[in-house]
Amino acid sequence: MKKNKLSILTNGIIKENPVLVLVLGTCPTLATTTSAINGLGMGVAATAVLVFSNLLISLLKSVIPDKVRIPCYIVVIAGLVTVVQMLVQAYAIDLYNALGVFLPLIVVNCIILGRAEMFASKNSPLDSALDGLGMGMGFTLTLFMMGSIRELLGSGSIFGVSVLSTPIAIFGVAPGGFIVFGCLVALVNKITEGKAIKKKEFSCADCPVASVCGQSKLACEKGEC
Amino acid sequence: MKELMIILFSAILVNNYPLSKFLGICPFLGVSKKLDSAVGMSAAVIFVMLMATAATWPIYDMLLEPNGLAYLQTIVFILVIAALVQLVETILKKYVPALYKALGVYLPLITTNCAVLGVTVLNITENYNFVESMVNSLGAGLGFMLAMVLFAGVRTRLENIDAPKYFQGLPITLLAASLVSASFIGFSGVVDGLFM
Repeated sequence: MKKNKLSILTNGIIKENPVLVLVLGTCPTLATTTSAINGLGMGVAATAVLVFSNLLISLLKSVIPDKVRIPCYIVVIAGLVTVVQMLVQAYAIDLYNALGVFLPLIVVNCIILGRAEMFASKNSPLDSALDGLGMGMGFTLTLFMMGSIRELLGSGSIFGVSVLSTPIAIFGVAPGGFIVFGCLVALVNKITEGKAIKKKEFSCADCPVASVCGQSKLACEKGEC
Repeated sequence: MKELMIILFSAILVNNYPLSKFLGICPFLGVSKKLDSAVGMSAAVIFVMLMATAATWPIYDMLLEPNGLAYLQTIVFILVIAALVQLVETILKKYVPALYKALGVYLPLITTNCAVLGVTVLNITENYNFVESMVNSLGAGLGFMLAMVLFAGVRTRLENIDAPKYFQGLPITLLAASLVSASFIGFSGVVDGLFM
């Protein structure tokens, strides 16, 4: 399976956008997009972890025994998350406080474990790092976009500069996150002319880490597969 | 006692995990299609949250904190939770088959559920003592169950509506979730008044 480097990189940004097409990592997407800068910060932090976890796991793939690969991936990812956590705390304390619990929760972000399992464990280190970068950029762009929309509507400002005089406060709190996310997914469905709509029945069974988390087993026992 | 009740009801209603804090969205959207699987999943989440808190709080308080290893929190917690879930699954399968049958299928997928890791980390950041942590975890789990059951009800109605083409499936589910979430905003401020 040889793909050229550019298509690996752009794959994650548009065609397989992790948030809007694959619908992964919904928790940080909804929670950290109250402002553009928070969304951007979360995206960059996750991208850093994703690039290095893909690179390391790809390098280690011949060493890691198949049966304990998931715990190994989790240790690698958790180690990287700890490094990122310390860096953010040292150099961007405001962002650290704004992201709160969602910074350590990058560990359980399905995008990262999903790419480790689906891509990095089968491809060369360079390709894996590029895939991580592309996916991370797709994640970051989406978060930035959602953050901008919610900040503009919810508090009437962009990057903290006031623009609108009558903000609609609900976009800044929890329900607004769901509304904006729902509308963006619908928009992607519209733009891709329903190509992404094949994903319309959202359930854990469609998630690429389903084999990891045992959801496919669940779906089968419920007679849904 | 009053403080514990405030922690419990705040976690259930005001800081509802999936609807206000956005923790555990994947199972909230993925397993809420049928009422029985929603209840089974939430019961497993409550169970694992309590077990995970009972394991991680003492580890942090007695091992990591006194030895200046608090920065290892994330790695240690996720590994403890993953190992614990595996262990519980094996034990239940062998000794309590009835409970395993009810919860077993949901257990492995809880390892990567951010609500479980989230509640253990939040217990530490909020500086709760052991009892408060357990109560907070119970509240978080019950709040998750409440949200799941309510949303399962909403989704059975959603099945019969005629949504615009591009809104079918996930988008309309998210819009419905936003309405359920909006109703929970009404609870903010209620809890402090309840136990005056």
